[in-house]
Amino acid sequence: MRIARPRMAPSAYVWLLLGAGYFLVPLYSTLAFSLKKNVAGTPCCTLSNYGWVIHNGDFWHTIRLSFVLALETIVISLILFVPTIYWVHLKLPRLRPVIAFMALVPFVVPPIVMVVGLLRTFHGAPGWYYGSPYGFLATAYVILAFPYMFFSLDAGFRSIDVHTLTEASQSLGARWTTTLFRVILPNIRSAALAASFLTLAIVMGEFTIANLAAFHTFPIFLQYVNESQGFPAGALTLLSFLITWAAMLSLLLVGRKRGARGAAIAGAR
Amino acid sequence: MSYLQLESLHRHFGPVKALNGIDISLGEGEFLSLLGPSGCGKTTALRLVAGFDRPNQGRVLVEGRDITGVAPNKRDMGMVFQAYSLFPNMTARQNVEFGLKIRGRDRSSRSKRVEELLELVGLAQAGDRFPHQLSGGMQQRVALARALAIEPRVLLLDEPLSALDAKVRVQLREEIRRIQLELGITTLYVTHDQEEALAISDHVAVMYGGVIEQMGTPSEMYTAPKTPFVAEFIGTMNRLEAHVVDGTAGEVEHAGKRLRIAAARGRRTGERVLILIRPEALELQAAVNGGNGGDNTLAAEVVTQTFLGPVTRLKMTGGLIADMSTARASALPVGASVVAQVPADGVQLLTLTDDLPDIGEGT
Repeated sequence: MRIARPRMAPSAYVWLLLGAGYFLVPLYSTLAFSLKKNVAGTPCCTLSNYGWVIHNGDFWHTIRLSFVLALETIVISLILFVPTIYWVHLKLPRLRPVIAFMALVPFVVPPIVMVVGLLRTFHGAPGWYYGSPYGFLATAYVILAFPYMFFSLDAGFRSIDVHTLTEASQSLGARWTTTLFRVILPNIRSAALAASFLTLAIVMGEFTIANLAAFHTFPIFLQYVNESQGFPAGALTLLSFLITWAAMLSLLLVGRKRGARGAAIAGAR
Repeated sequence: MSYLQLESLHRHFGPVKALNGIDISLGEGEFLSLLGPSGCGKTTALRLVAGFDRPNQGRVLVEGRDITGVAPNKRDMGMVFQAYSLFPNMTARQNVEFGLKIRGRDRSSRSKRVEELLELVGLAQAGDRFPHQLSGGMQQRVALARALAIEPRVLLLDEPLSALDAKVRVQLREEIRRIQLELGITTLYVTHDQEEALAISDHVAVMYGGVIEQMGTPSEMYTAPKTPFVAEFIGTMNRLEAHVVDGTAGEVEHAGKRLRIAAARGRRTGERVLILIRPEALELQAAVNGGNGGDNTLAAEVVTQTFLGPVTRLKMTGGLIADMSTARASALPVGASVVAQVPADGVQLLTLTDDLPDIGEGT
């Protein structure tokens, strides 16, 4: 006997359409805008704005910079926070509320205040660090990503029995590192992926810190184009949107490749 | 020489003395159950043996070698936990194989050993299933196979059956014993279920308040408890407060009635004692014309009857409990006047102290 699928209420369709409209209308408007020519009175449509973006060296340079920065931030954050949060759950559970409070600080302190503080703090640092986006800016982004990393990973650790899994692994002869990489990490993979997505999205769109620290990242380039050339800015916005989504999708595919079953099981617990 | 030895183990958590000096000596291939109520220190003792915790004082020795300071991953102890502890990202086969991989065993010997163990626990067909695809009982079987795969020196089981339903629990405990005997592995088993401990162990250690109250064979623990706590905790026991009125003749007085108890001989007159009688040792008869039934009997009235299958448990006034065949119990309905024959022999007598623990009614 087939079980009839529950029917959606008519009001649900209305809310769904409203929700979809909220996201899609700006995208459509941007698309329509990006297809216009930079000459008044000419008819729609042209792909010349997209051509301008694709052939612009600054576009490729800045998007590469931002993407590499995002990856660097993700890697540093995971290396820093996964073992830390694991240890806190395992040995120092009383510290958890303290770290959760600290994780809220980047939300509370405005980026402009944070960047001024960071610039003063690292003023005397070596040039290769202070003057490089992969040094100073990556540090700032790790701080900025802290709350997203912490709360995602914390939820992941809370969904598994960290103590029992660790002790079971140890009793079978595994060292800490083996336990972390072969037992714990595969079971918090979905949480680590979620944290990575959020970090990627934040870094790809971060403007204030990069601007004040005078680094030419993708959002800075986007802002520059937006101020100087209206129609290509539309094309650039859409392209950046697509590239960011493609990057997230590839992260998802890479992350899910080996851990899909584990993530599914961890989710089923 | 003892194989596993715990010497004067102390473990304090702040002011709480979880273990207050326990000594255990276990021979190779023996099965010891640590039995006691929650908070008695049994799991703490097991964790000290596993190496997950360090004692404040005392030593753990295996084959005469002190392993108190050895890390848990270097102790060669197989452990089965109370909580389901299979690695969720691995199949049953991969779980069992994990410890062998850590030990660098080659693929063919690993595979052979894993199949042997899955066969041993009756899950040869379930090797490719993930933990969430297995029932609780199956998960604990895999956990047992995983612990045994590394050929541990000691097998540690921390209430492995407590999360399972009654039928599976009985089935699995028998399998644990069968496997333990088959492999001859020294085993330390923690449980709060006295029936479980008595059914499968070579030795039982009853713990209370961080110390071992008594250690012995299941039969000794049942028939000759040495402390009131053990008497109360192992099985159900009638506890009758009395005092010795004639130490030479072996007579005590309970509730104004003189009883002749062999165990009272040689005791000091006036000594306060506790008479311990198993419910099955109390012989009940219907009172004739309200009489008290003669020597060594106690008069009472049936208060409740509990049907337990082949036997029925009768609770009577004066706190008496008796088990008798269901067929005979039907002749003694609730409200019936009865006389309970107290056997002179085979009854335990303990000196009564004021710090008698109250753990409620035994089961």
